[in-house]
Amino acid sequence: MTTFAAARLVLGREIRAKLRDKAFLFSTVSFLLIIIASISIPALIESGATKVAVVDSGSGAALRQAGFEIVAVPDTAAAERLVRDGDVAAAVVPGPRVVALDETPDEVVKALSTAPEVQLLDALGYNPALAIFVPLAIAMLCYLTSLLFGLQIAQSVVEEKATRIVEILVSSVSPRALLAGKVAAMSILAFAQIALLAVVTVVGLTVTGTDAGLLDVLAPALGWFLPFFVLGFVMLATVWAGVGALAARIEDLGSTSGTAQMIVLIPFFAVLFLRDNAAALTALSYFPLSSPMAMPIRIFQEGAAGWEPFVALAILAITAVLLLGVGARIYEGSLLRTNTRTSILAAWKTRPTAG
Amino acid sequence: MTTTVLVVGAVDRSFGDRQVLKDVSFSVAAGRLTGFVGANGAGKTTTMRIILGVLAADSGTVTWRGAPVTRQARQRFGYMPEERGLYPKMAVADQVVYLARLHGLSAADARRRTTALLDRLELGPRAGDLVEKLSLGNQQRVQIAAALVHDPELLVLDEPFSGLDPLAADSVVTVLRERAAAGAAVLFSSHQLELVERLCDDLVIIADGTIRAAGARDELRGRHTLPRYAIEVEADAGWLRDEPGVTIIDLDGARAVLELAPGTDDQQVLRAALAHGQVRSFGPVRPSLAEIFREVIK
Repeated sequence: MTTFAAARLVLGREIRAKLRDKAFLFSTVSFLLIIIASISIPALIESGATKVAVVDSGSGAALRQAGFEIVAVPDTAAAERLVRDGDVAAAVVPGPRVVALDETPDEVVKALSTAPEVQLLDALGYNPALAIFVPLAIAMLCYLTSLLFGLQIAQSVVEEKATRIVEILVSSVSPRALLAGKVAAMSILAFAQIALLAVVTVVGLTVTGTDAGLLDVLAPALGWFLPFFVLGFVMLATVWAGVGALAARIEDLGSTSGTAQMIVLIPFFAVLFLRDNAAALTALSYFPLSSPMAMPIRIFQEGAAGWEPFVALAILAITAVLLLGVGARIYEGSLLRTNTRTSILAAWKTRPTAG
Repeated sequence: MTTTVLVVGAVDRSFGDRQVLKDVSFSVAAGRLTGFVGANGAGKTTTMRIILGVLAADSGTVTWRGAPVTRQARQRFGYMPEERGLYPKMAVADQVVYLARLHGLSAADARRRTTALLDRLELGPRAGDLVEKLSLGNQQRVQIAAALVHDPELLVLDEPFSGLDPLAADSVVTVLRERAAAGAAVLFSSHQLELVERLCDDLVIIADGTIRAAGARDELRGRHTLPRYAIEVEADAGWLRDEPGVTIIDLDGARAVLELAPGTDDQQVLRAALAHGQVRSFGPVRPSLAEIFREVIK
């Protein structure tokens, strides 16, 4: 049997096993619920127009135009009562005076005042709130999936070691086929999960009408995010498999996975804290461990020249190939040391199995 | 006429500074059960792992039907490691089918043979259960099914009887004999020397990483038989001390074990005994495997 055919069998088993794994299903469902909640709850809250009590109907027109629901009341006392009871958010009484409970109702004040015209010379093409939210979301997505799926790869490797089935497996197929099948299966599952979440997000934003041109703005950044993410994920997947193979029992994972966790954690925080520093972000967008997060952010902020993502992607691809080699060697070197955890050095030096 | 199929030739292997195999050579024939005997740490498991390609030899060769063993050839090997292992959260039949397919069987063949084998091992009703739900004895049977499902030409079993109750051990013995009768070569290691003695056709004895004896069981036994005789007479056997050419090894009233000097006629001794009275039994002492084992590992 060819390595490819063997890897395909391994891949099939891994995916079937994962789809029956309650922890995996639970995490997928939780992610879905979080996304649905974070899209639908603000939409629900914003659905009813804010009510404002008005005594003098003169200001009603301006308020109605600003989208408030007007409740006409006979006098100031009645207006104040409605405010106190919480039936309306604010009241406009003769004066004109704005009455509210414990907070200045800025929106109401704005609707009643005349503001000078503002002209922005370098306007952002999108809501400034997104400038904070989008980089955060991209970084979080990279970080969480690498960590969660990485740990699952490590766990599935160490499970085969702890149950000793690995010896039977390696006697019939090559360790490389095992590794390739496992990494491919986990990558497919990770991408499928993200695709599912993405589809739900897009559908949710469209249905609730929150979209407002958001997708058009995000499209180039997301288009680039995809290849960066895929390469970045595969690059680390083999490292995680190596980390799993170093452990002899599930309990060892805590200590053997430390390095891999740092590899994921440090770039994440670096991107998070340095994202407003243009020079630092540029550097991070080329460094292969952080480029899957930093480069899409730069593209989103329209700070990257057209050729830059290609160079960063090339660096990432070369690193991925190198790390695949390192991870595979550590994996093969430690796979059969089932008694105690293996040091990276010992795994590196171990001769691979025959033929 | 036996056909040698597997030849282990001058294999060395060290772990760090410790050399665990020194110039290990022996062969395994098709259609025969070969027992691999040695103390703990003698090198049995390491040798078996090298045959299966799980470990690499430092030097030496392993050949199958005259050619170095390739991964292709190993697809036709069945292996049961000493440390048993199965996926605990996988159904019994799925697991056996998966391992069969890793050995190159088509999906349909793998299914068909798994069903037949599980029925044969009386596991049919448990085929859909998760492995972790089975008793240890049944898990062991699944393990055997996993080694046999692709109908291997060479079976390598590391301590197949450890942890088995006598009934289960008997069923394993039956299965191994069947496979050998069907032409497979079977190599198995065991501590249970009596069982090996009863079961195997050929023997390989290893101690401290070197092969101390190898060959057909009966031939080995003949080679290690000393000119010793056991006799049981009616009265005291003490007179034997005075017989020419006889050395008493053990004397216990009417029973004795003697060693005859070269050239001494055993029938002469028997006649002398009959002259002294009634003889209940007289015959050569055949060494047990345990005795041969103790002698060759010295």
